[in-house]
Amino acid sequence: MNTKSIMLVGVGGQGTLLASRILGNTLLSQGFDVKVSEVHGMSQRGGSVVTYIKYGDKVYSPVIEKGEADVIVSFEQLEAARWLPYLKKGGKLITNTQQVEPMPVITGAMEYPAEIIEKIKAKDIDITALDALSLANEAGSARAVNVVLMGVLSTMMEFPEDAWKKALEECVPAKALDINRKAFALGESYGK
Amino acid sequence: MAKLMLGNQAVARGLYEAGVTVVSSYPGTPSTEITEFASTYPEDVMHTEWAPNEKVACETAVGASIAGARSFTAMKHVGLNVAADPLFTASYTGVTGGMVIAVADDQGMHSSQNEQDSRHYAMAAKVPMLEPSDSGECKEFTKIAYDISEKFDTPVILRLSTRVSHSQSKVEECDRVEKALPEYQRNVAKYVMMPAYAKAKHVVVEQRTADLIKYAEECPLNTIEMNDTKIGVITAGIAYQYAKEALGENASYLKLGMVYPMPEKLIKDFAAKVDKLYVIEELDDFIETHCRKLGLDPIGKSLFTLIGEYSQTYLKEKILGEKNECVDFGENVPVRPPVMCAGCPHRGVFYILKKLGVMVSGDIGCYTLGAAAPLQAMDSTVCMGASISGLHGFNKGRKGGYEDKAVAVIGDSTFIHSGITGLINIAYNRSNSTVIILDNSITGMTGHQNNPANGKNIHGDPASAVDLESLIKSIGINRVTVVDPGDLAQVENVIKAELAADEPSVIITRKPCALLKSVKHKPPFKVDADKCKSCKACMKIGCPAISMTSGKAKIDTTLCVGCNLCVQMCKFGAIEE
Repeated sequence: MNTKSIMLVGVGGQGTLLASRILGNTLLSQGFDVKVSEVHGMSQRGGSVVTYIKYGDKVYSPVIEKGEADVIVSFEQLEAARWLPYLKKGGKLITNTQQVEPMPVITGAMEYPAEIIEKIKAKDIDITALDALSLANEAGSARAVNVVLMGVLSTMMEFPEDAWKKALEECVPAKALDINRKAFALGESYGK
Repeated sequence: MAKLMLGNQAVARGLYEAGVTVVSSYPGTPSTEITEFASTYPEDVMHTEWAPNEKVACETAVGASIAGARSFTAMKHVGLNVAADPLFTASYTGVTGGMVIAVADDQGMHSSQNEQDSRHYAMAAKVPMLEPSDSGECKEFTKIAYDISEKFDTPVILRLSTRVSHSQSKVEECDRVEKALPEYQRNVAKYVMMPAYAKAKHVVVEQRTADLIKYAEECPLNTIEMNDTKIGVITAGIAYQYAKEALGENASYLKLGMVYPMPEKLIKDFAAKVDKLYVIEELDDFIETHCRKLGLDPIGKSLFTLIGEYSQTYLKEKILGEKNECVDFGENVPVRPPVMCAGCPHRGVFYILKKLGVMVSGDIGCYTLGAAAPLQAMDSTVCMGASISGLHGFNKGRKGGYEDKAVAVIGDSTFIHSGITGLINIAYNRSNSTVIILDNSITGMTGHQNNPANGKNIHGDPASAVDLESLIKSIGINRVTVVDPGDLAQVENVIKAELAADEPSVIITRKPCALLKSVKHKPPFKVDADKCKSCKACMKIGCPAISMTSGKAKIDTTLCVGCNLCVQMCKFGAIEE
């Protein structure tokens, strides 16, 4: 199988690392070669963050470049716009509709672009936009946005539900498991 | 079953399997997790510790090796500058127990102040350097490094990079092999490096390098993969992965797992079999220069950049002229730079420093973000500790004319790392410098490591804590003031008083990092829109939780931790609980 590429993009602190672990473990359980690449350190302090996940028979480079991503999961609208050029022709974009203002917008130096999702749709991009924050709150914690989005992603990939659930159990601390199971299920039903 | 592991985690697993018993490091992105993962193994199996700096950590590893133990230290590229002194002489002494130094370069400068290529250290110190290209190799190469270390009587450097350290790939775990601790025997000629013994040792070192070149010709670390011979690629580390993805089986590869010393015959033989020879390596022309010494004329830095990271697309474009299609958003997307977190104890200090318009000699840590808008209160950042020694030099350079309008800012961990000696210099060679220690009780930027000033060891167990106030006084600085950085008026008054003082002084702003689990947060604040006069005074502190919505200030209650700073900024009492 050719290598498939998935990107998780968001704002430092939104939990992209945990989401990438859940996805990575799911892929590993399906017998793929997997590489997950993330950047730690300074960019995590509220900066724009990206995690690359690649899988297939044999994966070489851990990074994904412009025009290479089969799927981009964005945890925030502006990040969907920022990373759009990384989407492959015919690729899928899933985005949370939440908006987190970056510092240049907060200080008034720049404006947060209006109608991002409509503009992306107008470019003939296959985009799924949802209010993952509300679903996470419904599950019991605003922090579960990451797992809601994994639930949505799971409906676009052909892996057994059990594999996702097992990965969720492996990656999420026991005390937070109930909320995250709910969050995953809410994302799943949205995706279906 | 294989597990997904970060390259750093795989190195830690390699240490465990290789029977290593002493690990001492100072945190530094992207190397930090090696030692963090190592610390998850039982302490009685493998001792792990955070040392005050990389020099101390490296010397600890040297001492453990002299004792006969397999030892290890990890650091980022600039950390090796700090540890260079012991490295160069440990090369002469060699080892008793195997010793490995992991150095993680940061191509692309994701979290660093420069982009140095650490391979030059291997050549300069004349020690072998291995370079893995994924997590599986991280573990295997770590174990092989110990065998090389003991066989050739030398420390070995394991070179990593951000993409290798921070990428997860498959690793198969093996059992640990314990190494018996040999009886200790004094060996003056081997370990006392005074001139008479060192002269003899230099001869040994040169012979060792010659032996290692022979080893490089046949060792399993250097591998050849023959495919189409129109293109031949000599490469190493992460660049191999990029090249393999870009060119696949349309090229043949010589992958150097040992990047110093390099083989000669192996390279010449490979070059003879291919039509067009490329050397693909990030940063400097290290391998290329070696090839040129062998009389080869590969395509290297004449085509590929010396700057930043490579990728499969970069190589495809450069070598094959192919470019990926992509869709652009079509308008300017605001950048999202990293910022100080909501509730960060550093924020108020930088706001006051900006307000006072003073020269700020900065340092390495989260607080370097004080240079960014809107706080913009930093004039220089060079390396760990340079804030203090640099301020002393600045004040001497300005002939004392700036002593009442210049400060140094440095974190608690960075102060312990290499700020203390600079402060001694201020006291000893007398400049009326004002130093601010931003004590947030943790090593923050690298992801919350304990340090010698916060009273906890690497495992979180109670440990001796440096008493900063007593230490500073014993250095000879009489004016030491501790302030709460959450109290803007107090911070301003104290900074003004200490700048005016006719002697050196230290201000310690003490409040733990807002991200620490042990820190109890207050309820978030709200803005009373009726009272808000839209003056934007609260925006001046650059808090990510505050924004202007429909002309009024608004606080994001999911981010706000109730630090109270914005309340002090608002003259109209519009921000309340």
